[in-house]
Amino acid sequence: MKKIVIYYVSLFILFQSNLLAYSSNPKDFVYEMVNDAISKLADKNLNQNQKSIFIEKIARENVDIKGLGLYTLGELRKSAAKENVSNFQKSFEKYFLKSLTSRLTDYSSSKFEIIGEDKKSSNYTIIKSKVIPNDGGPEIKIDWRIYTKNPEKPLIRDLIVEGLSLARTQKEEFASILSSNNNDIEILIDKLEEFVNN
Amino acid sequence: MKKVKLILSVLALTLVLKSNANSAEECFEKTSRAIFKFNMALDDIILEPLAKGYNKLPSPIRTGTSNFTSNIGTLLSIPNNILQGNFKQLGHSVGSFAVNTTVGILGFLNPAERIGLKPHKEDVGQTLGSYGIGPGCYFVLPILGPTTARDSIGLIADTFVDPFAHVTIREKELLGASGNSLDYYSIKATGAVDFRADNEKNFESLEKNSIDLYSSLKSIYLQDRENKIKNSIEDEDEWGNLDN
Repeated sequence: MKKIVIYYVSLFILFQSNLLAYSSNPKDFVYEMVNDAISKLADKNLNQNQKSIFIEKIARENVDIKGLGLYTLGELRKSAAKENVSNFQKSFEKYFLKSLTSRLTDYSSSKFEIIGEDKKSSNYTIIKSKVIPNDGGPEIKIDWRIYTKNPEKPLIRDLIVEGLSLARTQKEEFASILSSNNNDIEILIDKLEEFVNN
Repeated sequence: MKKVKLILSVLALTLVLKSNANSAEECFEKTSRAIFKFNMALDDIILEPLAKGYNKLPSPIRTGTSNFTSNIGTLLSIPNNILQGNFKQLGHSVGSFAVNTTVGILGFLNPAERIGLKPHKEDVGQTLGSYGIGPGCYFVLPILGPTTARDSIGLIADTFVDPFAHVTIREKELLGASGNSLDYYSIKATGAVDFRADNEKNFESLEKNSIDLYSSLKSIYLQDRENKIKNSIEDEDEWGNLDN
C-alpha cells in the first residue's frame, strides 16, 4: 500500500514538474513558455484566481526574480546590509508577482512569433519576438533577456517591450525613491509592502 | 512671442551645458513634480475622456486619423534626415509622404507601408542627439509633458524647420498649400489624443503598478529618446556586472 502511495505521489510530482519544464534552448524555452501562458490565459474554463496561480507558478520557475531584484536595487545592493538586501528581495518578489498578475488580468488573445536570436555572451541571449493581437491592434516587438549561466535552466531577466526595458524602468523608479529618502532601503521595502497589501 | 522663445532657448542651452549630459539629473525636480501633477489632472479631466471616446469610434476612422497625423508628422522628418545625413531615411520620408498624400488620399491611407516605405520619426532633438549632444537635465513642461534641456531646444527649433509649421504657424505659402496656427495646433492635439488612445491600457497598467509614476514615466521617456536617437534598442547597461 505504502509503495503504491509513493508511486502515485512521485507520478504526480513528475507530472506537475513536466507541466512547466520547458526546453533548455533559449529560443524554444521562450516559445514553449509563452504559448503555454497564452493558452492558459485564453482558457475560458479557468477563473481569474486560477490564472493568477498559474502565472505566479510560471514566473517563480522561469524568471530570475532574485537577480532582477538585485538589478533594480542598483549599486545599493553592494553597500546595503545583507539583512536589508534579503528583506528587500522578499518584498520585491511579492511586489513583482502582484504586479505581473495584475498586468496580465486584461489579457486579450494574441499570436506569438519568435523572429530572431542574439547571443550576447555565455550568460545572456536575447530572444526577439513579436506579438500580434487578434483584435487587429498593431504588433508589439518584445525582446527577452535570457540568463543562460546554467545552460540547463535558462531564466528570464528582462523584457524589452518596443525598446523599453521593464527592468531598467523599475530600477530607475526605485533609484528615485531611494534618492529622495537618503538611500534608505527600509523606506523602499515599506513602499513595496504597502503596494502588496493594498 | 519671439522674446519668450529666445529666453526659453537660452535657458535650455544653459541647462544643457550645466548638466554634464547626465540624463538622470533633474533640472528642478520639485517644480517638475508639481507640473506633472497638474498634467495628470489635465489628463484625467480632458485627455483621458477624449481618448476613451476616440477609442469608441469605428476602427477605419481611428486608423485614418492616425495615418493622417502621422503623414503630416513625416514632414518634420525630411529636414532632419538631411541634417543627420541619413539619405536612405530621407528617401523613405519623401517617398512615404508623396505616396500617402496622393495615392493615400491626403494621408488617410498608408499605401507607402505596403510598398516598403517606413520612415522613422525624426525631430531636431534627435538630430542634436545624433551630433553627440547629451540630453542635459530632465524636466516636465506644462501640457507638453516630459522633456530634457536638449529636447526642449529641439522642440522650439522644430517649428523653424518643419515645413508644416512654416505653412501654418508662419502662414507662408508652400507649393500652393496654406494654413494658419489653428491648423497646426489642431493637428498636434489630434495626434496627442490618438497617441493617448492607442496607449490607454498601457497608461492604466502603469498607473496601477507604479510606486512612483513620475519616475516610471521619466525612465520610459529617456529610454524612448535614446532608442530614437540610436535608431536601435541595444542596451547592455549593467547586466554584465550583476554577477560580479
